[in-house]
Amino acid sequence: MTGSILEIRDLRVAFTGAAKPVRAVDGVDLALVPGEVVALLGESGSGKSVTLRSILRLHPENKTRIEGSIVAAGIDVMALSGAALADFRGKTVSMIFQEPMLALDPVYTLGAQITEAIRKHESGVSADAARKRALGLFERVRIPSPERRLDSYPHELSGGMRQRAMIALALACNPKVLLADEPTTALDATVQVQILLLLRELQRELDLAMIFVTHDIGVGVEVADRIAVMYAGRIVEIGAVRDVIRAPRHPYTIGLLSTRAQGGRLSGKRLPTITGSPPDLASLPPGCAFAPRCSSATSACLEAAPAAVELGHGHAVRCIHTAAVA
Amino acid sequence: MIFYASKRILFTLPIMLGVTIVCFALVHLAPGDPLVSVLPPDASQVIKEQMMALYGFDRPYHEQFLRWLWRALQGDIGTSIRTGRPVSTEISKAVGNTLMLAALATAIGFLLGTLFGFVAGYFRDTWVDKAASALSVFGVSVPHYWLGMVLVIIFAATLGWLPPTGAGPGGSEDWKWNWVHVQYLILPAVTMSVIPMGIIARTVRALVAEILSQEFVVGLRAKGLSELGVFGHVVKNAAPTALAVMGIQLGYLLGGSILIETVFAWPGTGLLLNDAIFQRDLPLLQGTILVLAMFFVVLNLVVDVMQTILDPRIQRA
Ligand SMILES: Nc1ncnc2c1ncn2[C@@H]1O[C@H](COP(=O)(O)OP(=O)(O)OP(=O)(O)O)[C@@H](O)[C@H]1O
Ligand SMILES: [Mg+2]
Repeated sequence: MTGSILEIRDLRVAFTGAAKPVRAVDGVDLALVPGEVVALLGESGSGKSVTLRSILRLHPENKTRIEGSIVAAGIDVMALSGAALADFRGKTVSMIFQEPMLALDPVYTLGAQITEAIRKHESGVSADAARKRALGLFERVRIPSPERRLDSYPHELSGGMRQRAMIALALACNPKVLLADEPTTALDATVQVQILLLLRELQRELDLAMIFVTHDIGVGVEVADRIAVMYAGRIVEIGAVRDVIRAPRHPYTIGLLSTRAQGGRLSGKRLPTITGSPPDLASLPPGCAFAPRCSSATSACLEAAPAAVELGHGHAVRCIHTAAVA
Repeated sequence: MIFYASKRILFTLPIMLGVTIVCFALVHLAPGDPLVSVLPPDASQVIKEQMMALYGFDRPYHEQFLRWLWRALQGDIGTSIRTGRPVSTEISKAVGNTLMLAALATAIGFLLGTLFGFVAGYFRDTWVDKAASALSVFGVSVPHYWLGMVLVIIFAATLGWLPPTGAGPGGSEDWKWNWVHVQYLILPAVTMSVIPMGIIARTVRALVAEILSQEFVVGLRAKGLSELGVFGHVVKNAAPTALAVMGIQLGYLLGGSILIETVFAWPGTGLLLNDAIFQRDLPLLQGTILVLAMFFVVLNLVVDVMQTILDPRIQRA
């Protein structure tokens, strides 16, 4: 896609630490234009976090095999290493984690952690200037008494405030792409809404491209322009929010949405309305990974992994039955 | 912070009182007559009683304790029965020697221990880790008097590079900071350093491995820190625990060096304690135990306060 700020092509990630490699991501294609938000949905273990972390190359090199191409703001991410990789992380693309309590260093003040990032990426910024910027960021994410909070440690803040600080840190060096890995899952319902609104507001103001991982279809609909549904390391359906919600075409997406119709949230390991459990990523079947759980599966489904079928307006589905219909 | 420190100090007062009572009681619970070692076996009953009165052993225990405590508070912890010199003089000399030895041993142990620990923690489950871990297991499990003797055999008896025992040429006890004297310090210090080295290495290895497995390390990389930058964070996270372990090790070495000081005839508190026990020098024994125990209490206090300064998560209220 031309003009995309992030372009992932045929991303494959396998963890080789165990006896059999775990194929956590198995051919993901995804492209975002500036200012676009894509919600990444899927059951636990479907490879959402692994996909995000691959974009920053955060997997341990010696135990991971990673293939495909990732280009962010014109930078070939797969070719980066050492200092160039460190320069890229947090500056071009930055990340918000699910649990800020765990993702922030417990023995550094929040201010120190933000100024550290600023001064790492912009040499020549004085400590004073960096602190002023950190203060500005804290005001921007609406942390009360920001001056004092800069000198607080992560454990001294409430969960919501910590997530705001995490957002401030992620935005410190004006990234172009923001990766948010379930940024509200660990929070109380009311706080979730506030953080969600804040993120959306900042994303619009700064014209950030964002991949937003969530278990909650409602949240995805709320924040995103497009929805991508992952299953066993592949994106099985992607399209504009309206298309995917109103006319889901992949049996898995249809199953997901019916859980939503019942007011359910994708929190557990399994989906109540889809029987069976996700496949073992260490021994994926040759065909469609969803076939064993799919009510409309035929013998053809077991033969080869289905290719993506374009349904128009960027709505694409990986299912041979959809192809037959279309 | 000041408030917390003063509160901690206040809390140590009852502990110190307890220590003095235990010190006093321990010695008096020991069987045998305290003067048996100074008086000739055929001393008359009159002389015996005179001596008992002179040292105050004829008074009731609580009176003896209060008098002893009162004097101790003024810095007078009695007179050695054996040498007739004030116990405080004997101890301060020995404490100086032990402190020197223990500090050097802890420093060596801490340096090597953190080095091995960091390397093992960073390269977990590789041969580097296994080698470093084997070395630290050796450190904590080898009998130290045995190691001391082996080192003496190798470096003193066989190679003749270093003197085997003592704290100065010709048994001199006047310490000077020159090579002639310092060479006497090396073998005992190295022997002694093996204990804290092993313990600190194991602690630091576990710490580093635990810290590296935490999510915030991914967070640090994600914001663009280099491996060196991440290392800095790991060090700061590991420091409070590592320093606390070091402090406690120093405390153990200050008191627990009897075997090593005896093997090397190093004139420190361990040797002093040894002599006091075998010569039944009660005031000296009491005084030495008291001083060592106090050392331990104060050291724990210092470690504790230092830890709160280093680790913001510990409540300061
Ligand atoms: N470092 C790793 N080594 C081995 N396997 C891993 C590693 N990281 C992830 N996996 C495996 O990869 C698969 C995908 O994990 P991932 O974290 O991407 O799931 P997810 O979709 O983010 O799930 P959740 O919704 O629970 O966060 C899982 O089966 C997981 O066990
Ligand atoms: Mg995840």
